[in-house]
Amino acid sequence: MHPPATPPARTPRRAARLALAAEWTKFRTDATHARLLLGLVLLTVAVGAATAATTTCPDPGCGVDAPRTALTGVLVGQVAAVVLGVLTAGSEYHTGMIRTTLAAVPSRSAVLAAKALVLSGAVLVAGAVAVAGSLFAARLLLPGNGLTPANGHPALSLADGPTLRAAVGSVLYLLLVALLGLGAVTATRSSAAATGAVLGLLFVLPALARVVADPDWQRHLQQVAPMPAGLAVQATLDTARLPIGPWAGLGVLALWAAAALALGRAVLHARDA
Amino acid sequence: MASEFGRMLRAEWTKLRTVPGWVATVAGALLAVLAVGLVGTAATNPNPGRTELPVGPGGEAVNDSFSFVHRALSGDGTLTVPVLGLTSVNAQGPQGSSPGPTAEWAKAGIIVKAGLDQGSTYAAVTATGDHGVRWQYDYTHDAAGRPGRPTATAPQWLRLTRTGDTVTGYDSADGEHWTRIGTARLPGLPRTAQVGLFATSPERAEDTGTGTGLAPAVATGRFGPAVLSGGWAAPAGADGGSVGDASDGSGSDGGGPGGGPDGTGGWTGSLVGADAGTSGSYLPGVAGGYTREGAAGFTVTGAGDIAAVVGGPALAGGRTVENALVGTFAGLAALAVVATGCATAEYRRGLIALTLAASPRRGLLPVAKALLLAALALLVGTAAAAVAVPLGTAWSTAHGFPVAAVPGAVELRVVLGTGLLLAASSVLALALGLLLRRAAPAIAAAVGGLVLPYLLATSGALPVGASEWLLRVTPAAGFAIQQSLPRLPQVFTLYTPASGYYPLSPWAGLAVLTAWAAVALLAAVVLIRRRDA
Repeated sequence: MHPPATPPARTPRRAARLALAAEWTKFRTDATHARLLLGLVLLTVAVGAATAATTTCPDPGCGVDAPRTALTGVLVGQVAAVVLGVLTAGSEYHTGMIRTTLAAVPSRSAVLAAKALVLSGAVLVAGAVAVAGSLFAARLLLPGNGLTPANGHPALSLADGPTLRAAVGSVLYLLLVALLGLGAVTATRSSAAATGAVLGLLFVLPALARVVADPDWQRHLQQVAPMPAGLAVQATLDTARLPIGPWAGLGVLALWAAAALALGRAVLHARDA
Repeated sequence: MASEFGRMLRAEWTKLRTVPGWVATVAGALLAVLAVGLVGTAATNPNPGRTELPVGPGGEAVNDSFSFVHRALSGDGTLTVPVLGLTSVNAQGPQGSSPGPTAEWAKAGIIVKAGLDQGSTYAAVTATGDHGVRWQYDYTHDAAGRPGRPTATAPQWLRLTRTGDTVTGYDSADGEHWTRIGTARLPGLPRTAQVGLFATSPERAEDTGTGTGLAPAVATGRFGPAVLSGGWAAPAGADGGSVGDASDGSGSDGGGPGGGPDGTGGWTGSLVGADAGTSGSYLPGVAGGYTREGAAGFTVTGAGDIAAVVGGPALAGGRTVENALVGTFAGLAALAVVATGCATAEYRRGLIALTLAASPRRGLLPVAKALLLAALALLVGTAAAAVAVPLGTAWSTAHGFPVAAVPGAVELRVVLGTGLLLAASSVLALALGLLLRRAAPAIAAAVGGLVLPYLLATSGALPVGASEWLLRVTPAAGFAIQQSLPRLPQVFTLYTPASGYYPLSPWAGLAVLTAWAAVALLAAVVLIRRRDA
């Protein structure tokens, strides 16, 4: 006869590890997540490659920002990242799974943190693959369109400081919009509302900035709107003339994501599931 | 079957209106279109200039700025003038003005116009910089005559004949063999009209390192003797009406319009319009005016254009009607949430099994949902646009931005089109919801598919060709229905997506979006009949 196994003491550390393991299991067993990650990579690389294939540089000083051109696909890939962030928590609200989750892990902050960690890991890996793929495709395509060293465009390389910043920044951009999605769905508890709200926030402000003809307003909009500010990290030319600096811009997006997560955490604590 | 479909519609309507979140979101969509539109038009113009643009006989905003040597003539008659040269002043140096490239649509010609007010009805035959002789009337009409820019050795002979309210334009290489280019009936032309010679020039394209820009240009037309004949001949006893016979010098040059009849056989110089309009500009130190070349004729100098206002750089910071509709993007996102919800909520709650059990003809279900949503979105979009357009226009004007007026029919198309645009995109979102059965991916696909190509195409990140291609084949083509300013081949601007010009005509663009929605809905119908709930 075996003596009944005493469950190991639930130290906070172990609880956190279990919560993380649980979230990882839930994340990897939903086929939709894998499809979205694949979609993120394919959309980013395909749109980036298509943009690189159509961008030409007929003469020296044509003003083409090669790394930014290569990473144009992030604009489209971010949609998959947002949906992934939303679904990481959103699916549980649909199925009622969230009640089981919260019963198993009483610390609601720990649940949200575990979800954020799992999501971050997945998006960082997929984002890195997508960005690397985009840069590689552009490295092959751009010289054929006149972006040659002779025209002032050396081959794209991560050894180049600004290019590295654009690449790392783009991966972080994808991560931050995914976290924005996670925060939004925890705050609204509805996948549909969260997706609509986040995409609206990302897309409407840049469209608005185009209409507002006052340069001061335009500048301010591009400084606070999450998408234009966050994508400033992709710029490698004339960064001093941007409405907001590359890292500062990504910081603005990080603030949006942090605010959404804080709001989500507050709602998660305050309300029944 | 009809009653079954009716019951189905009724059931769907009940489901829709009893979800408080959806009702709030639909109301939110309406408010979002208005609020975002108002924010978009709230900035104050840092360079306030003109706040109103002249309006032509068709109700459209026009540029009507030119240097005019004219006289008031009653009844029927004919004016014949050879144009001996069309050149341009592009830079003002220490030695005075220097010639430069001529704008492709620089004009030197003859015109019959109701009066000197901007926007009044007219008909003109004119030599142009690069497009030969043109017959143009009432700002939007254009026909080509003889090719070639006039020179002293190869002049372009121009002739206008008025008969009642009909004006006919002719051109000729030698002043003897005439070809009719066009005829126009101008019902608004009074019995006594202003007839004479004019010169004007819009800005010209200039390629810079970063793309195509516009540079100021001022046109100078050299005219031979102007001959009046028919009923216009010999007014005030002048012999044969030929200006060449009159003596005594010059009108004002560099100093603006001549003040009145100045002994040049009754001809007067005027600048029509206080400035060169949205599409033209005078160089510093170069003003419009004219010079008498003794018996030989006139030299007339001017900048501006006589044509409908078009968008892009030629609008010079003015606004368009659709600028007030920038909130459509927000409304679209909100309605997509409701539309996909109509599809996916049933799957989530298992209600779909009951719904399908209650309606054996399950293929009709997506159609019923689509009809209902389309009607709702049409209503919301049209109502929001009907308020946003006049409000945003007044709001823009109050903040110092001129808004290019459009004919009533165009404004109606833009307003109704916004409703149709939202209706088609709601149906697309619904169909994607039925196909994917999960809300978040469906909304993302619908909103992303509509807005991302638009953002990519208008951001300037892509070359113009790729941008136009995107706006031809993706659902974003539908935004063309909101384009209010025309694409006129005879008016120069940069007709690119970044300046608000879509490659497809408004209704063709909407048809592309509608086709996407229809195909997606068809796929949903097929799939819902095949698969289990």
